[in-house]
Amino acid sequence: MLEVRNLHVHYGGIHALHGISLRVPDGQIVALLGANGAGKSTTLRTIMGLVKPSAGEITLNGQSLLGLRPYEVVRRGIAMVPEGRKVFVNLTVAENLRLGAYARNDPQQIEHDLHDIYALFPRLAERQTQRAGTLSGGEQQMLALGRALMSRPHVLMIDEPSLGLAPVLAEGVFRKLQELNDAGQTILLIEQNARAGLSIADYAYILETGDVVLEGPAQELAQMDAVRQSYLGVR
Amino acid sequence: MRTSITRNRILTVLALAGFVVFLVYAQTNWDAYRLRILNLCAVYTIFAVTFNLIYGYTGQFSLGHAGFAAIGAYAAALLTMSPEQKAANFFLAPIIPLLRDVEWPFLPALLVGGTLAALASLLIGWPALRLRGDYLAIATLGFSEIIRVLFVNWQRITNGSLGLKGIPDHTNVYWSWGAALVTIFVVKRLVDSSYGRALRAVRDDEVAAQALGVRLFTHKMMAFMLSSFFVGVAGGLMANLISTIDPKVFMFFLTYQIVGITVMGGMSSLTGSLVAAVLYTVFLEVLRPIESPFDLGPLHIPGIPGMRMVLFSTLLLLVILFYRQGLFGQREFSWDGLLNTLARLHRRVTGLWGRTPPPSTVEKGEQ
Repeated sequence: MLEVRNLHVHYGGIHALHGISLRVPDGQIVALLGANGAGKSTTLRTIMGLVKPSAGEITLNGQSLLGLRPYEVVRRGIAMVPEGRKVFVNLTVAENLRLGAYARNDPQQIEHDLHDIYALFPRLAERQTQRAGTLSGGEQQMLALGRALMSRPHVLMIDEPSLGLAPVLAEGVFRKLQELNDAGQTILLIEQNARAGLSIADYAYILETGDVVLEGPAQELAQMDAVRQSYLGVR
Repeated sequence: MRTSITRNRILTVLALAGFVVFLVYAQTNWDAYRLRILNLCAVYTIFAVTFNLIYGYTGQFSLGHAGFAAIGAYAAALLTMSPEQKAANFFLAPIIPLLRDVEWPFLPALLVGGTLAALASLLIGWPALRLRGDYLAIATLGFSEIIRVLFVNWQRITNGSLGLKGIPDHTNVYWSWGAALVTIFVVKRLVDSSYGRALRAVRDDEVAAQALGVRLFTHKMMAFMLSSFFVGVAGGLMANLISTIDPKVFMFFLTYQIVGITVMGGMSSLTGSLVAAVLYTVFLEVLRPIESPFDLGPLHIPGIPGMRMVLFSTLLLLVILFYRQGLFGQREFSWDGLLNTLARLHRRVTGLWGRTPPPSTVEKGEQ
């Protein structure tokens, strides 16, 4: 279980996170919802070790991740699909995927996992030797997802998977996430699209300007009037 | 698949053997002038390939090549010169006793030069590689100038602006091309390894690379140090080739030339770096006459030193404007690619002679 307690982050003089707490239990999809600037990406970047928190605690299965460098966090079993996909456009699909396993040291198992990823995303298998920059947005998102999975993460963190994708493609990404979760993958999902996020999550947190303002089982949140009005566009 | 690998390996061995035969022929039959050009081709190849490693593959825009070359050149020169030569050189201020009596063979002198350059890159890279893009360029450029100014004022070690004369001419085509081939081989193996994949990932997106567990700073540092090591060796080769060096040789202009060659050859193409380095060195010599007075039709052009550089800069400008990929872009030479091209040419030629090729070999969608 990934646990964040009372996390504070400052960017210079700006207080970006005001003491956030959240839990990502094993085998669940937990969604972190909120508008632009609410602090969702900052939370992920802090867990990853890319941003240093000013106070608070981050633990994975009881062990602290605080103060670890990004590569050490990856080795502890956390993977991040960054916002905007960030595939390596000049590298081939296969090279991108192999980089996902960069922190690992078990060549045979890596080959095996590579096959699994290709089975999960047949389009990537067809395009193995193509440069990632030539893929469509949806395919790039699949590649970014596959790349993160290559590290065999305990917790997969994914930042705005629907960003810039046509609705039908975004739906495809969410279906894949659901599939992965059914197979036991723990996922921390960040979304602006609250409807999509709530539809696949088990539990959700709603962030507003650095504070958790609401949390609860996803289905319950989806029924609440306040949530429906502010985030689901229902009047 | 397997047979083509074996075939390619045989072709590589044959090509290398052919190249060695050419080197032996050149070394024994060519005059000093042509040999010097051939040697310079190798030195510039090393410069371009190493710049490609740090910029083309790792994405770190370092402009310190001239500084690292200077370190390697002075180290190799001071270590290989005889005590008598040094005494003749240092007439204004005596050389420090530590260096006065040493006279080393060429190889260890080159390696020490490379190692010192690598250490210097560690020193400058420690703070500078944490910066991105332009900042690194400015920091390394500044470092390169500092080295030059240091060498001007370090009278008792470098002989100041008088420079060093009578450096033994150890460099021959075996040394220079041997070093160039080793450099290409090492850099090629590196960029094709999983380590090299990580370098290219850093170039494309630092945050994404970090999120996958790539140790950003360590990777940049290793690429930077390896690059600087070979630059130092190339500097040593250059010193023992031109036999006279002074701090002016290592002005920023040298780095500028290297950047130009690498851009023309193609970022992320070692083939491009090699071809562009050779073309550049040879063209610079071929174009020598335009710096002496000549007539262009009714126009009389007086000899203007530096005309070649005007031409070179224009060429660079045109490449950047219209042919940004350079000669090779990201592509590398491969036997398969060459044989395919030859087969295509062959088909075209036979086609011209009136025989229509069988339908199966007609290319579809030919541009």
